[in-house]
Amino acid sequence: MKLNRALALAALIAVVLVGGRWLPGWAQSLMILALGKGLVVLGLLLLMRCGLVSFGQGLYYALGAYAAVSMTRIAGLPETLLSSDAVVMPLAGGLVAGVIAFVLGVLLAAYRGIFFAMLSLAFSMILYGLLIKSSLLGSSDGFNIAFTSAAGFPLPAGSHLYALFVVTVVLVALALYGTHRFLRSHTGRLGPAIRDNELRVEYMGASVRRLVHLNYVLAAVLSGIGGGLVALSIRHIDPDLAYWTTSGEFVFVAILSGTGNVIAPFLGSLVFEWIKSIAYQYTPYTWQLVLGTAMLLVIMFLPSGLWSLFTRRRKGA
Amino acid sequence: MAGLVSVLIDGIVYSSYLFIIAVGLTLIYGVMKILNMAHGSLYALGAYVAATLVGAWFNGGLNPYGSFALLALSAIAVGLVAGPLIERGLLRFMYGKDEIVLVLVTYSVFLILEDVITLIWGVESYSAYQPYGLLGNIDLGGLPYTVYDVLLVIVAILVGVALTLVLTRTRHGKLLLAVIHDREVSAAMGINVGRVYFVTFTLGTMLAALGGALIAPKVSVVPAMGVEVIVLAFAVVVIGGLGSLPGAALGAVIVGLVRSAAVHYWPEVELFSIYLVMALVLIARPRGLFSTAEARKI
Repeated sequence: MKLNRALALAALIAVVLVGGRWLPGWAQSLMILALGKGLVVLGLLLLMRCGLVSFGQGLYYALGAYAAVSMTRIAGLPETLLSSDAVVMPLAGGLVAGVIAFVLGVLLAAYRGIFFAMLSLAFSMILYGLLIKSSLLGSSDGFNIAFTSAAGFPLPAGSHLYALFVVTVVLVALALYGTHRFLRSHTGRLGPAIRDNELRVEYMGASVRRLVHLNYVLAAVLSGIGGGLVALSIRHIDPDLAYWTTSGEFVFVAILSGTGNVIAPFLGSLVFEWIKSIAYQYTPYTWQLVLGTAMLLVIMFLPSGLWSLFTRRRKGA
Repeated sequence: MAGLVSVLIDGIVYSSYLFIIAVGLTLIYGVMKILNMAHGSLYALGAYVAATLVGAWFNGGLNPYGSFALLALSAIAVGLVAGPLIERGLLRFMYGKDEIVLVLVTYSVFLILEDVITLIWGVESYSAYQPYGLLGNIDLGGLPYTVYDVLLVIVAILVGVALTLVLTRTRHGKLLLAVIHDREVSAAMGINVGRVYFVTFTLGTMLAALGGALIAPKVSVVPAMGVEVIVLAFAVVVIGGLGSLPGAALGAVIVGLVRSAAVHYWPEVELFSIYLVMALVLIARPRGLFSTAEARKI
């Protein structure tokens, strides 16, 4: 069974990779966007399993997008792999996000509920304020970014989009596998226990604070990588990536997907981006109205997210 | 010296309007344990209604001083329409859910209201500048300020004093405090908790709309105003301590002064100075300055 699943997943990745070659450009872009944002939502899933909702994941999303190029710019370095490689840039973004999250996590790990949400929101707004005033990083306009190689291999003209698509699918598959293993591990299983009752977890001899800290850092790393991928796909970054409404959108997708399975965030994200692209086209001014109504319906009738549709049916059968 | 005085006065004027918005947010949280994300949209709604009514009033050539009554009237109207609609139509089905779920519910309301506002008023900006200059200028510390700004401060103080008096001196206020203290025991003692919630939410909505209506003559009314103000109001109430009335006042003064000092002396940090202060306060006192200890639940 286990082997079958692994094979099925490998086959799925192969099909997506090969099939992606024939997808039209807009569909490839949409997939990259959805998968990249799905990584951020996957991070939120880790936190939500611990009973925490962060209204500030935009902080790490933006850090992931800005990190690689900003480091080059601030240090005044010439163009290297760090500022032009489709694999190195998102990973560097994830690393920077993880380091910052480790520092902020020391503080945040002591907070729960709305205070966790508000403090994480404050941190993301601080970054927003910093970015919008820093002329070196393009202030409120941001700047364009580009990549010329993937994993060190220079890319011929016209192959950039598909190359990024492959990089995204591979990174997401690795993140999925890693997160899946983490959730099955002893440490990962303690997450829902924290949500249910912190004190009992403490009595069992585990440090809740350390567990929350760990989940927080992991969530940030995933968001950072996601932000890096999305930035490369849009080819432009601006401070709005760190604004609180961006973080709110991630929370929305997380609620929509539910915390039932590591695949759920990506399905949720794909559905979300797809509906968004359609809604933007036809009803640009009622898009948020649709969003808000959908979220209310999900909260009221599907409190465990869209994923519960699958599990419910399976139980019934 | 003149610089310092103007920092203080600008800060106080800004705090008074922040206070009016934040006090509604903190009231709703204190009583209902709902951190109302839609508060910013209700504030924007108040501003739009006020701008429209004041515009029509001056186009009609009516007595200009009547426009002040109109500002208050639009706040009351928004409160009486939107408040009951949201509370009776949606929130009452959500009571008893987790605090964070309620945040998400009001976030949905926020998203819906943002688009409703754009649908009604479109995306262009409105302004109701007339009342702002109507009362002329006053000289404070060698700098001219509009009398309207001074009135804003007085209105904020009046709102704060009135709320404190109602809460501590009247029967209804005491019932409200009882509900804040313990919802279940209050219900068992025969307090109609549903009605207390209803009145609180309507009052909170009115205060949000009042903030919007009072700021409408000072700024141009644009779609993004609710999005910006809600995180500011959060900062104010979180600094002061969620659910605390004096906390909202202190938080508003701190945020107002920090912002005006930043604007005057170091404009680059204007945007994030407030959140920096909020983060620092939360680090030092995790539940805000005026918070009370809470028992750990097992």
